[in-house]
Amino acid sequence: MSVCTLRINDHDLAVPLGTTLLQAARQAGIHIPTLCFLEGLSAVAACRLCLVELEGSDRLMAACVTAAAEGMRVHTDTPRLREIRRTVIELLFTEGNHVCAVCVANGHCELQNLAVEVGMDHSRLPYRFPQRGVDLSHAQYGLDHNRCILCTRCVRVCDEVEGAHVWDVGWRGEHCQIISGLGEPWGDVNACTHCGKCVEVCPTGALFHKTDTSEEKQGHPERLQALMHARTHQQWNP
Amino acid sequence: MSACLRLCTAASCRSRGATELLEHCRKALASDQAQLRVKEVGCLGPCSDGPLLAIDPTDRLLSLQEVNGSDLETSLAEALQRGNDATGLKQWQPSGSRELSPDEPFLNLQRRLVLGRCGVVDPESLADALAAGAWQQLPRVLEQNDPPAVIEIVRRSGLRGRGGAGYPTGLKWATVAAMPGSQKVVVCNADEGDPGAFMDRTLMEGDPHTLLEGMAIAAFAVGAQQGFIYVRAEYPLAIERLRTAISAAEQQGWLGRGIGGSGFSFEIELRVGAGAYVCGEETALIHSIEGRRGVPRPRPPYPAEHGVFGLPTLINNVETFGNIPALLELGVEAYGTGTKVFSLTGHVQRSGVLEVPMGTSLRTIVETMGGGAPQGRQIKAVQTGGPSGGCVPASALDSPVDYDSLKALGTIMGSGGMVVLDDTTNMVDIAAFFIAFSREESCGKCIPCRSGTVQLEMLLRKLLERRGQVADLEQLEALCHTVADASLCGLGQSAPKPVLSTLRHFRGDYLALLPAAEVQR
Repeated sequence: MSVCTLRINDHDLAVPLGTTLLQAARQAGIHIPTLCFLEGLSAVAACRLCLVELEGSDRLMAACVTAAAEGMRVHTDTPRLREIRRTVIELLFTEGNHVCAVCVANGHCELQNLAVEVGMDHSRLPYRFPQRGVDLSHAQYGLDHNRCILCTRCVRVCDEVEGAHVWDVGWRGEHCQIISGLGEPWGDVNACTHCGKCVEVCPTGALFHKTDTSEEKQGHPERLQALMHARTHQQWNP
Repeated sequence: MSACLRLCTAASCRSRGATELLEHCRKALASDQAQLRVKEVGCLGPCSDGPLLAIDPTDRLLSLQEVNGSDLETSLAEALQRGNDATGLKQWQPSGSRELSPDEPFLNLQRRLVLGRCGVVDPESLADALAAGAWQQLPRVLEQNDPPAVIEIVRRSGLRGRGGAGYPTGLKWATVAAMPGSQKVVVCNADEGDPGAFMDRTLMEGDPHTLLEGMAIAAFAVGAQQGFIYVRAEYPLAIERLRTAISAAEQQGWLGRGIGGSGFSFEIELRVGAGAYVCGEETALIHSIEGRRGVPRPRPPYPAEHGVFGLPTLINNVETFGNIPALLELGVEAYGTGTKVFSLTGHVQRSGVLEVPMGTSLRTIVETMGGGAPQGRQIKAVQTGGPSGGCVPASALDSPVDYDSLKALGTIMGSGGMVVLDDTTNMVDIAAFFIAFSREESCGKCIPCRSGTVQLEMLLRKLLERRGQVADLEQLEALCHTVADASLCGLGQSAPKPVLSTLRHFRGDYLALLPAAEVQR
């Protein structure tokens, strides 16, 4: 196994070739915020929170998809990156209707935690209050588009892990929306296996168990990771 | 050369009634004993004077803008009775028509390499293209059978990608050629979608065989067997003429299996895009060709390594491929610094498509060739590079048009759209127009582009409605930098450029929208 050495902030590291900067940083105990990234799913580099600076380059790189290379000098927490992270969180809050007080995920929400982490106590940009709907057609689960941040974890887990491909993204740009089936109500999509993986990996209160009331939803991404480990290593009894 | 009428029936002249005039010409020629023929051709250049008619062999160019179809028919029939030589056609001037002198700068300052056969040949006739010199370079290349030599010529020519980014073409070809594997793909990006850009459309409608030959040569050089032309559905005529050209080239044996009796096989498929601007971004384009949702993915891996269906893929723009036959014919020395095709539009007296030597000054193109601003107006700026580009102020019109000079001015060469803006233009309005375009065309995958462009447009609208404060201007600038730095693909990264460039060169237009008391502080 080939190894390369690099420096992240003030840590010197040696990691196997092919390791991403995010993996390398996590191994070294360096925290880089992420939202669309979830271990066990393919990385899409869409949320832009894990951007890092590389010395000698003006271009920012997404840590989740950038491979570590010999001699890299990486910075994960610069003023430029902090401004981007705060702005990204603000943009997310302004494009949806995130009313934490009445949300099923209040207190266990990755978006809420990130807002606290980046110091976003208010948005400098105006809230847009879009008209969005709620889909309660499924027997067990609900989808509240007002809380969806289009991280596409549900799309990927359903396609890549469950193999059902119930979810996808419809329309473009600001009109993007998560759709089930061919834009049908979730409850009418025969492909859905009711496995609930999408609900477990959703970082906000957008996908939820119908029995959850405010503050009661807890995401369980670790269940996905346990399943992926079991599948990869054929170890079904942890 | 026998006498011949060449009537432009490409998109622009067609929209001004060229097809109706064509019918009248055909009727007039039906009874002609001298066997003069009328030929449908692609763009002759000065579109604002269209419909345009050229007369061979004298090469006279007539604007038929004010010509009535039946008058044309009668006067043409009369002229032919006098003969299609010095006595007839040479003097022929249908009433209402206007002759364009070959000495006009719009015509005589051009150097047509890519568009050399555009407006000359019938785009639907392979025989016509062959007679004019099409498909002569591919057999030479196949005979020499030395792909690295072809790449070396492209590299030495200094040809850079004409799609906008300006990446060295030779380097791109060499990278794809060096990739392992026996299956490779060549893709032509014909998803031209910048507002004010119609260069690629012009070549595809006027001379599709040059594009096909360029692609075939590229495929031979990099070792590809499969080709795709990704063309937008908004170009129905280009699609039709490409289809005809591809099937004619297949029948003639210039595309398909065992080309020219060699072991080289290359097939080209058309892929018609449904009109998403982002699909011009190469990774989104690849997804779209594969039948998936057209959204970009992070690079690396670059298409050269992992492209269409995971195969090493060469992606070049229409004009880049269009340069190849001319480059091989002329050789590196005579090719020189090459040319650039521009589509000139906006507040300018003469608009159209022109091809000039690389490094021609903006002033030459806009004022000398285009005739400058309309009567009584001054040029304020020239917008280049579309939504990914910026505005060059009138004070910088003497800059040469090349990749580096434009970059220094805060804009880009882009694919070649050039929109002239006169002093009636509010530059904040222009910035808002381009941001609205980017907002509309964002794929929505990454947050800075999806939501940032919406907020940028809201800020600009606020300023335009005179509800803005100095703080909004600061916010606007800061958000521009964030969207540019943080977006996933080139569309988002360059979306704020029209705003940043107008802020840089025309800050006064922004300040004029703020309350006077605020600005003085």
